[in-house]
Amino acid sequence: MEAEVTTDQVTDLNFEQGRDSSLIIHLVGSWRMHHGLPSVGRVLHEVSQTKPRSIGFETSRLGAWDSGLLTFVARTIDLGRSRNIPVALEGLPEGLVRLVELAEAVPEKKDARVKTQSAPLLQRVGTATINYADGAEDFLTFLGGVVIAIGRMFQREARFRTSDLMIEIQDCGVSALGIVAMISFLVGTILAFMGAVQLQQFGAEIYVADLVAIGIVREMGAMMTAIIMAGRTGASFAAQLGTMKVTQEIDALTTMGISPMEFLVLPRVVALILMMPLLAVFANVFGVMGGAFVGVAMLKIALPTFLREAWNALTLGNLFGGLFKAMVYGVIIAIAGCLRGFQCGRSSSAVGDAATQAVVTGIVWIVVACGIMAFLFNMLGI
Amino acid sequence: MGEPHIIVRDLTMAFGDFVLMRNLNFTVKRGDVFVIMGGSGCGKSTLLNHLIGLLEPATGEIFYRNFNFTKASPEARERMLRRFGVLYQSGALWSSMTLAQNVGLPLEEFTDLSPREIHAIASIKLALVGLRGFEDYYPSQISGGMQKRAGLARAMALDPEVLFFDEPSAGLDPISSRLLDDLILELRDGLGATVVVVTHELPSIFTIANNSIFLDAETRTMIASGDPKELLAHSPDPKVHRFLTRGADDQHPGN
Repeated sequence: MEAEVTTDQVTDLNFEQGRDSSLIIHLVGSWRMHHGLPSVGRVLHEVSQTKPRSIGFETSRLGAWDSGLLTFVARTIDLGRSRNIPVALEGLPEGLVRLVELAEAVPEKKDARVKTQSAPLLQRVGTATINYADGAEDFLTFLGGVVIAIGRMFQREARFRTSDLMIEIQDCGVSALGIVAMISFLVGTILAFMGAVQLQQFGAEIYVADLVAIGIVREMGAMMTAIIMAGRTGASFAAQLGTMKVTQEIDALTTMGISPMEFLVLPRVVALILMMPLLAVFANVFGVMGGAFVGVAMLKIALPTFLREAWNALTLGNLFGGLFKAMVYGVIIAIAGCLRGFQCGRSSSAVGDAATQAVVTGIVWIVVACGIMAFLFNMLGI
Repeated sequence: MGEPHIIVRDLTMAFGDFVLMRNLNFTVKRGDVFVIMGGSGCGKSTLLNHLIGLLEPATGEIFYRNFNFTKASPEARERMLRRFGVLYQSGALWSSMTLAQNVGLPLEEFTDLSPREIHAIASIKLALVGLRGFEDYYPSQISGGMQKRAGLARAMALDPEVLFFDEPSAGLDPISSRLLDDLILELRDGLGATVVVVTHELPSIFTIANNSIFLDAETRTMIASGDPKELLAHSPDPKVHRFLTRGADDQHPGN
């Protein structure tokens, strides 16, 4: 009888008062998601006006339908339920009735919905403070664990594989030489260039050599190496350990009675403690070479003169101060990387977060440590 | 045989204030294949993690024979852990080591064997799980089912007294899963070990288990225990019956 119904007919609904003060909803035309849906508000409006005892559907002029109609019907049922009006499904297509029954089969679990309630400012500040304090405690606990593990290593009781230590040494030593050399050389040229512009005004170009030598050897060599290694090795530690956490490899170590602290963290910390001073020496050499490049090319200072001036400016205190700093930075990078890896959640996005956190924590603590050590060295007159 | 091996008393598992399961009481006898079953998300794996000490009970105690595992010192507990073998859901092989190194690591750490002897033992253990010749493969180079079997070889490395399996058949095809079940039974008989399995695979449960508990997420406790075949025949609890029959009595559309 409704032969003219086609799938392209516009979505529409009409209301009719049925017998026994029921409300019949006529579904007309094509009910597909991409056409947009009539709002349930119209049904709500109709229901609050006529106050029916039941709701039914009539679909003789219904065209094509999909989940759009299912959503509409489900929301009408919710509406009926909230007002104690029974909703009859008899008039609907059989497939749709099955889907509706499937959706209604399991009642909504109480308390399942996530409540998003924004806490008041004071509470948020408090929570953040507590979290920060917990974080500091975790850090100290972890640091303590590392110190104990190193102690056990000297007593030859720690369980780790020497081959792992060698691989880590290669990873954070030899493999990092290229990038450390390039960055240090560039930092050396920048320092020299900045100094040269100022010192030329006094005709004191030769002191560029002093500036570069002391600046690089005392601070910048170790610092730049640390920043590079935080981004390179710290992130890699966190990602490795985080992935091992996700795949339960760390659990497997624990339940085998092998301490992950000794087996995984110890080789990494030791490798960085050993390699950072060596990398810093390397960085010092390339930094001074960068300075010499500017001295020779821009200031026309003879290379031997530049190097002699640089050599005379340096003291052993400068050199060993820089190397000591490098070692401290190494401990910071390794602990930040391993701690964030251990704290990693059990998903792939958590691994990414752990790597990011490792770099951020590492760099923040490097700068803090640099400040503290600059102050202490000054007090001690080194 | 037959003496109590694992005894759990009044165990409550909780994450902070959220109580997952309470009042768990059960005993596993030596040589049992004990299945922890229940619907998804009811805390089966969490219970396993309590039994192997990865999580601490909120209340209650776990005993291995007369040894109080919950109250033990870390050193005593570590010694106890060496008598366990655990097969994790994903295998959890150490990805930077070959299969032989994976199986050999516990031997390397806890015995005085020479590297050659360790390699020989690792080869045998791999052969037991059907991986002869795969000693020098890395975990990423073999299939998921093979990783699981290699994980089993590693779990057996120290001839454990108790073997724990977390969803051994998850992600395996029916045949591989059946082979793994057979392997579990053979290892139980061969090693004389007690086996604890977390699973919800019905065919596995009926093939291997002679003891079990059923955890129910709604009441947050165990609602049945005993031989699953007995439970199927006699359990008065409709939830247990429904689980063990795959809800065969439920109405299905189209029938």
